[in-house]
Amino acid sequence: MSSTAPLHLAAEIGGPPRYDPGHYTGLARLAEHGALDFVTLGDSFARPGPDALAVLSRVAPATGRIGLVPTVTTTHTEPFHVSSAVATLDWVSRGRAGWQADVSTTGAEARLFGRRPAAPADELWREAGDSAEAGARLWDSWEDDAEIRDVATGRFIDRDKLHYIDFEGASFTVRGPAIVPRPPQGRPVIVVDGTSGPARETAARHADVVLVRATTPEQAAGARTDLRRRAAAYGRGPGALRVLVALTVDLGDAETAPEPGLESGPPLAAGGSYYRGGPVDLAELITRWHRGGAADGFHLTPITPGRDLERIVNGTVALLQHRSLFRTFYPGGTLREHLGLARPANRYAFEGGRA
Amino acid sequence: MSTATRQMHLAAHFPGVNNTTVWADPRSKSQIDFSSFEHLARTAERGRFDFFFLAEGLRLREHNGRIHDLDVVGRPESLTVLAALAAVTDRLGLAATVNATFNEPYELARRLATLDHLSEGRAAWNVVTSFDAFTGENFRRGGYLDRADRYTRAAEFVATARELWDSWTPDGTPRSFTHRGQHFAIEGEFTVPRSPQGHPVVIQAGDSPDGREFAASTADIVFTRHGTLESGREFYADVKARLAKYGREPGELKIMPGVTFVLGDSDAEAQELAAEIRLQQVSPQNALLALEQIWGRDLSAYDPDGPLPDIDPGPGSSLVQGRVGPGDVLAVAARWRALSKEKGLSIRQTVIETTGRQSFIGSPRTVAEQLTEFVAADAADGFILVPHLTPGGLDDFVDRVVPLLQERGVFRSEYTGPTLRSHLGLAEPVWKG
Repeated sequence: MSSTAPLHLAAEIGGPPRYDPGHYTGLARLAEHGALDFVTLGDSFARPGPDALAVLSRVAPATGRIGLVPTVTTTHTEPFHVSSAVATLDWVSRGRAGWQADVSTTGAEARLFGRRPAAPADELWREAGDSAEAGARLWDSWEDDAEIRDVATGRFIDRDKLHYIDFEGASFTVRGPAIVPRPPQGRPVIVVDGTSGPARETAARHADVVLVRATTPEQAAGARTDLRRRAAAYGRGPGALRVLVALTVDLGDAETAPEPGLESGPPLAAGGSYYRGGPVDLAELITRWHRGGAADGFHLTPITPGRDLERIVNGTVALLQHRSLFRTFYPGGTLREHLGLARPANRYAFEGGRA
Repeated sequence: MSTATRQMHLAAHFPGVNNTTVWADPRSKSQIDFSSFEHLARTAERGRFDFFFLAEGLRLREHNGRIHDLDVVGRPESLTVLAALAAVTDRLGLAATVNATFNEPYELARRLATLDHLSEGRAAWNVVTSFDAFTGENFRRGGYLDRADRYTRAAEFVATARELWDSWTPDGTPRSFTHRGQHFAIEGEFTVPRSPQGHPVVIQAGDSPDGREFAASTADIVFTRHGTLESGREFYADVKARLAKYGREPGELKIMPGVTFVLGDSDAEAQELAAEIRLQQVSPQNALLALEQIWGRDLSAYDPDGPLPDIDPGPGSSLVQGRVGPGDVLAVAARWRALSKEKGLSIRQTVIETTGRQSFIGSPRTVAEQLTEFVAADAADGFILVPHLTPGGLDDFVDRVVPLLQERGVFRSEYTGPTLRSHLGLAEPVWKG
C-alpha cells in the first residue's frame, strides 16, 4: 500500500444512553468540524438507548457533510424494512448514509420478539450477509433513470427499469422491487465489524468498510490482507474495501500520558483495542500505522464522548491536518466520496445491457 | 371571541403516491427529495397545523401483473423521514403510517418512542393492517394472516406497545415486562424511557365495523374517508357513541376525514379549476385503467373519449394488486353504464364523474365557511388535507384560508403547547405501571 493513500477517520458517538437530540447533533457537528469521514452510532435491542437510525436521521438536516452510520441489526428485523430505512437515511442526508450491520445472539434479545430462539453467531452472520445482499439488490431495484414523468404517454415511471429481486435466503425471501427509489449513493455504505471469525466472511463479501481490532500494526496489516484476499475470492476488486482499525480511546486528563500506548482494555461496546494517552501520541500512532500500510484508517470510540471527541478533533485531528496527513475540508458531498469508493453501477441496468 | 367556539384540527397529508396527485403539472416537484417534505412540513407549521401525515407502501401496485406506471411511485420510509423533519420543525405533530401486520411490537414501539423523544413529544402512529399474500411476499412472515385476524393482531399490537411504553416508571426507572397473548409472547426490558407524550398519539384508519370498534376502543384520532356532510355526520355519531362502552368521553377521540380542496379567487373560478384538475387526475390512460379495474379485462383497445363497453366484467378479476378492490363489479359496471347513458358521458367523463373526490371547492371565504360548518354540524373534529401538488399544494390554503379560520376563531393563531397531544387537547395517558 502506498504511504500516500488517504487516511480515513471515523468516530463512534454513542455512550451512556441519551434521549435528547441536541446531544447527538452536537457530537456529529464536532466530528464534522474535524472533517471526519463518518460517525457511527451503536445500537442493540438489549440495552438502554434510542433507535440509532432515527437519531442519525434527526442529525442529518443539522449537519452538511459528515457520513452517518447507525447500527441496524439483522436478526429480529425485516430485511425489507431495514433496506427502506437505510435508503431513506441516504435520501434525507443527501448521500451520507451508511449501515453498520450487526447480529443479536442472546436469548434475552430473542425473548423481546418471541419469534425464534437464539442462534449461533455463524448462522446469524450468514443471515446478516443475506440481509445485506437483499438490501443491495433492493437499492438497485430501481434504475437511476426509472422515473420519467412522460406527459405524452401518461407514464410516471418506465416500469422496465424497475426490477423484482426475487431474493431467496436460508431464512427469508424478498420479492421487491423497493418502495424507496434508488438512493443518492446508489448503495449506502455497508460497515461490518469483522473482528470475530463469523463476521469476517460476511464483511469480506458484503462490506464497504470493515472494522478490525488490532494491538499491533502487524496484526492490523494481517487482518487487512486476509480481508482483501477473501473479498477477491468473491470477485471483488482490491479497491472495494476500506479496513479501519477500531480503537477505544481514553484521552484522560493529561496532554501526554506517562505510558501512552495500547493495552488490552475493558470490554467496551465497540470491541476495539484500548488506547490511553494524549491526543498528540494518538496522532503519532495513527501516522505510524497508516504510513506503514497497516490500515486505511481508524474508527475511534471515545470512552467519554463529550470530552474525548473534542480532544480527538481539536488535538489529534488538528495535528494530523497540520502535518497534511488528513483532509482539512470535504472535497465531496457523499460518504462514498469521502471514502474514495465509487458509486456502484446498477446490476439490473447492467443485465439489461443499458449500463 | 366566545370560548365555546368549536376549534377545528388541521393536518397535512404529503401528496406522494396517490392517484389524485397531479405530477404532470409544471409546479410538481420531487416526491422523494427531502426538500419536498421540508417544504410541506414547514408550510403546515406556518399554518399552525396539528400534524403532518405520511402514508405507507410495502409493495408497489400492479395492474394486470405489471407494475402500475401511471401514478406517482416511490416514497421514503415514514419514521425515518419524520425523524429528519423533527430537526426542521418545532411544534408540528409528525404522524407515520406503519403496518401492524408486518412489524413486531417491540421494535416498532421502540422506534415510535424514539421519535417522540427526538421531536420532544410530537410523534403519532397511524395503525394500518394488511392480510394479503401479495404484500407478504416482501416479508419473512409472508401472507400468513387471515383477514379476520388482522384486527385482533392490530389490537393486541397496540395494547402491547402501550405496555412497553408504560414499562418505565414516570421518574425514569426501567422495569421488566411480560406479555402473553394470542399473537405475541414476549418479555424483557424496553430500552426507551417513557416519552414526552407518555404514549405517541395513535391514529386509526378504517371504516368497517371492526375498524370503528378498534378506533373507539383504543385510538386518539380516526382518519376517515367520509368527506360529505351527511356521511360525515352518520360516521361521527356512530363512532362517538361507541366510546362509552370503553369508558371514554366523546372528546377523547378526534374524527378527521381526509379531504381535498380547490381554491380560486371566486367560487366560479374554483369550480373551473377543479374541473381542470379532474381532467389532469383522470388522464385518458388513467380512465381506461379505472375501467379495467372494474371490468377485469384488457380494454386498451377502447377509446377513452368513446362510450363504455357493452360487455360485462370478467369473472373474479384479480387485475389490481396492492389496493382495495372495487367490490361488486357487476353492480358497479351497471351503475356506470346507466350514468353514462343518462348523461351521454364518455369513458373518461364517466370515470371523472364517479370517482370525484374533491371535497371543498370555492373561494377562500367559501371554503373557510364550509369547513367551519362541517365541524359545527358534528361531521368532523377537523380535517386531514390532501393537496394535489407536491410540495406546494398547501401554500394557498395556509396563506388564504387559515387566516380566515383564525379570524372566525375556529382555528388557533398560535400553538398553546409543545406536544401533539396539547394541540389536540388530549390528556397524557394515565401511567399503568
